[in-house]
Amino acid sequence: MNINDVILKTVSKAVVLIILTFGIYLFLSGHNQPGGGFIGGLVIASAFVLMFLSYDSETVSEALPIDFKKLSALGVLLAMLSGVAPMFFGGAFLSQSFGYFDLPIFGKTELATVTVFEAGIALTVVGVVVNIILSISEDE
Amino acid sequence: MSLLIIAILIPFIATALIPLIHNRIGTLHIGWLVLLIPTALFVIFALQIPVISNGDTLIQTINWIPSVGINFVAYLDGLSLIMALLITGMGSLVVLYSIYYLSASDSFPHFYAYLLLFMGAMLGIVLSDNLLVLYIFWELTSISSFLLIAFWYHRKNSRYGAQKSLLITFFGGLGMLAGFLMLHSMTETFSIRETLSVIGQYTDHTLFYPAMFLVLLGAFTKSAQFPFHIWLPDAMEAPTPVSAYLHSATMVKAGLYLVARFTPIFGGTAEWFWTVTLVGLVTLLWGAFCAVRQTDLKALLAYSTISQLGLIMSLFGMGSAAMYFGDGEQGAFYGLAIFAALFHMVNHSTFKGALFMVVGIVDHQVGTRDIRRLGGLMSFLPITFTFAVIGSFSMAGLPFFNGFLSKEMFFTASVNAIGLPVFGDSAWGLLIPAIAWVASVFTFVYCMIIVFRTFFGRPQLKKLDRKPVEPSLGMLISPAILCVLIVGLFFVPNLLGDHLLRPALNGIIPGISGAAPHISAWHGFNTELFMTFGIIIVGTLLFLTFRSWYKIYLLQPPGWTFTALYNSYLKDLKRVSNWITTHYMTGHLPAYFAYIFIFFIATAGGALIFTGALSIDLTADSPISFYEGMLVTAMAIAAVSILFAKSRLTAILLNGVLGFSIAIFFVLFRAPDLALTQLVIETVTTVLFLLCFNFLPEWAKEDSAKRIKIRNAVIAISAGITVTLIGLTVNSGQSFESISGYFENSYELAGGDNIVNAILGDFRAFDTLLESLVLFIAGLGVYTLIRLKLGKGPEKDEHK
Repeated sequence: MNINDVILKTVSKAVVLIILTFGIYLFLSGHNQPGGGFIGGLVIASAFVLMFLSYDSETVSEALPIDFKKLSALGVLLAMLSGVAPMFFGGAFLSQSFGYFDLPIFGKTELATVTVFEAGIALTVVGVVVNIILSISEDE
Repeated sequence: MSLLIIAILIPFIATALIPLIHNRIGTLHIGWLVLLIPTALFVIFALQIPVISNGDTLIQTINWIPSVGINFVAYLDGLSLIMALLITGMGSLVVLYSIYYLSASDSFPHFYAYLLLFMGAMLGIVLSDNLLVLYIFWELTSISSFLLIAFWYHRKNSRYGAQKSLLITFFGGLGMLAGFLMLHSMTETFSIRETLSVIGQYTDHTLFYPAMFLVLLGAFTKSAQFPFHIWLPDAMEAPTPVSAYLHSATMVKAGLYLVARFTPIFGGTAEWFWTVTLVGLVTLLWGAFCAVRQTDLKALLAYSTISQLGLIMSLFGMGSAAMYFGDGEQGAFYGLAIFAALFHMVNHSTFKGALFMVVGIVDHQVGTRDIRRLGGLMSFLPITFTFAVIGSFSMAGLPFFNGFLSKEMFFTASVNAIGLPVFGDSAWGLLIPAIAWVASVFTFVYCMIIVFRTFFGRPQLKKLDRKPVEPSLGMLISPAILCVLIVGLFFVPNLLGDHLLRPALNGIIPGISGAAPHISAWHGFNTELFMTFGIIIVGTLLFLTFRSWYKIYLLQPPGWTFTALYNSYLKDLKRVSNWITTHYMTGHLPAYFAYIFIFFIATAGGALIFTGALSIDLTADSPISFYEGMLVTAMAIAAVSILFAKSRLTAILLNGVLGFSIAIFFVLFRAPDLALTQLVIETVTTVLFLLCFNFLPEWAKEDSAKRIKIRNAVIAISAGITVTLIGLTVNSGQSFESISGYFENSYELAGGDNIVNAILGDFRAFDTLLESLVLFIAGLGVYTLIRLKLGKGPEKDEHK
């Protein structure tokens, strides 16, 4: 894709950052508010898609050397392993746990293992969505 | 302490590490690092011998899916220990041998990763107490065997052999899974030990015998029993260390292990006794008979392995009679057969492992293993020759080698089986020693062929690729250790018998240790000894007159083999499935949609009607507000307009109207998660459409026949009605009690306020995990379909 559009390029530089931040915010807030791994991953993926839309894929690949196929595989693996981990502590496969900790800056914070699982889902979603769009766009 | 579970996991972890480290170890052969794993595991298991031989067992549990009774339970008793020692001990020797056997052009990381994968899976089989976990490991060994047979995948025969072994062992494995599920539906447990304690109540159950035969199907296919033996000769396309390890010493013994494990469950019935014994005996005879005619040394060893596996199988069959007689003198009398089976299983691993390594050395050093080109190698390969003599004579059952002891016990057991009053009359019983004797004669003949055709006679150096010399020392270490064991076990068999075989026998049939005899080489002049004399005399005569009776093999018509049957079946399968596929895969998208919707209407709509779930109750619904009504009207207009759209762009835009309206609905009904997801999905879909636009053909006006248009309209409207009915039924249905109350406690149960996410990530995380897996596979599918460009250009020639 070679769209020579200065406005789009300039705007997307700023917007991508906002979308990425929003995506990460959605991912982290998912425990108690709307959001979560799937939607967070989708939003982050759409930020990448916007980058690929406004610049050509070679430029983006140079600036962002991520193999999205491997990223999606990594996501599935992470989700799977996060399910295996509790088995070594006497829990069943995929059982999650949570606790409340006093952290230096954040104060009393809830930490939950489900975050690891959700991170795996998010990575899978980002990898798969960007990978599909890239493969179709690069098809001759 | 979870020593056993760690022992199973170590090979898997190492498999994952190999690709990461193989580039970082410089010139060091990766085999040396791999060698540490089986050796360490062997030591770990060897340290358990004192515990186990005291009669104790180890059991360690990790919960997996406890709600449905699937747990990772590792259980170590005598039987598991003997198998674990074989797996790790032979594994160490084979890895050591392979370091010198493989050539520099082979891909070491692949080879050792597959080998370790196999080792872990095999340990998993013998240590699992849970049937479903056992099944998973069972299929993993089939997969790793497939990968190893196809290691030299550029050869057509390797790929053929790999596919054949996979298809046959998977066929049996699936049967076995069905058997396990039947067992579970009877006993309601997946644990082998618990099944054992309750199976007595279910012997009259209708599923008892189907379960038995299905489990046996798994065991017979895996252990290459007649008529499923045909995959093993083709598996010889694998590198020789693999043949020595998987296809003679360990994997093919998984079926024997299964039969031994299930003897206390199914044993004691006449069906089990005769099925296992007869299948074993037929395999023994047919394998030995076929081995004699082979000209390829590895094929000969393959048939000999089939035959020896049949021997052990028949011993397990005869020994199962001990279950009928129970813990008494008679039980001990027949239990001897199981003891002999275990003993021969160990012995077979030693002598067959040594022989495979010998053949590997011959192949490696002179470039052929065809006995028509070999001969007179004794003076060139004196050390290898010694190993060959020790291995072959042990297999033939000659004295001063361990094979003699177990062979004599085999004859004892077969003679004992004559007088089995409960399982048929004694005329049938007489068949057992008769077949055993005839098969042993052929065994003797092929053992002599290995030694004399290869190492005696006139050397034919011109026919060889290279001048024969002894290989490097490293290649000789492993067969040397095995040969020491072969001879050593003859002189001190009771060391093995007391510490390993007796506990193993106890593990199979508890409380029958009386059957474990003191092994001794000399019993006086009894029937068994005269049987051996007869074998030596007749066998020698047959070997010397081989040319005059060779024509007997030509009696079998060439097309009348099980392999031919398998090939034609495979061909027909391909033809028929091709025919079916070309008839419904029209390449026409509306047709595919029609299939999907018809199926949906039939199943979902049918379920609604036939289960009586259909109920429409609008009284409790809230009134439709003006705003909602407007939105619905807009959506309806957009949906209908799509049908009349003139260009593709219009259709896509109208489709977008639908998508965004749904998002607004989610906002109205206070589902911000869904609204957000819907919006982003719509955005990404739009980008996808933009990308695809280039590739799509012209938006052609549909001018199909009226009949087809009406048919499509009927399908579309029915699908719409079905969805509407489902929606209304769900809202007013009384078929199930609502479970939403459970999820409302998400803050206490999962620590989160967001119920949607608590369901996705915690309560129903398994669904989410599998969905992400599906998503991942779909992504890979899109990628490969686009990159592969199937159907464009000439088909690539696979069969170079």
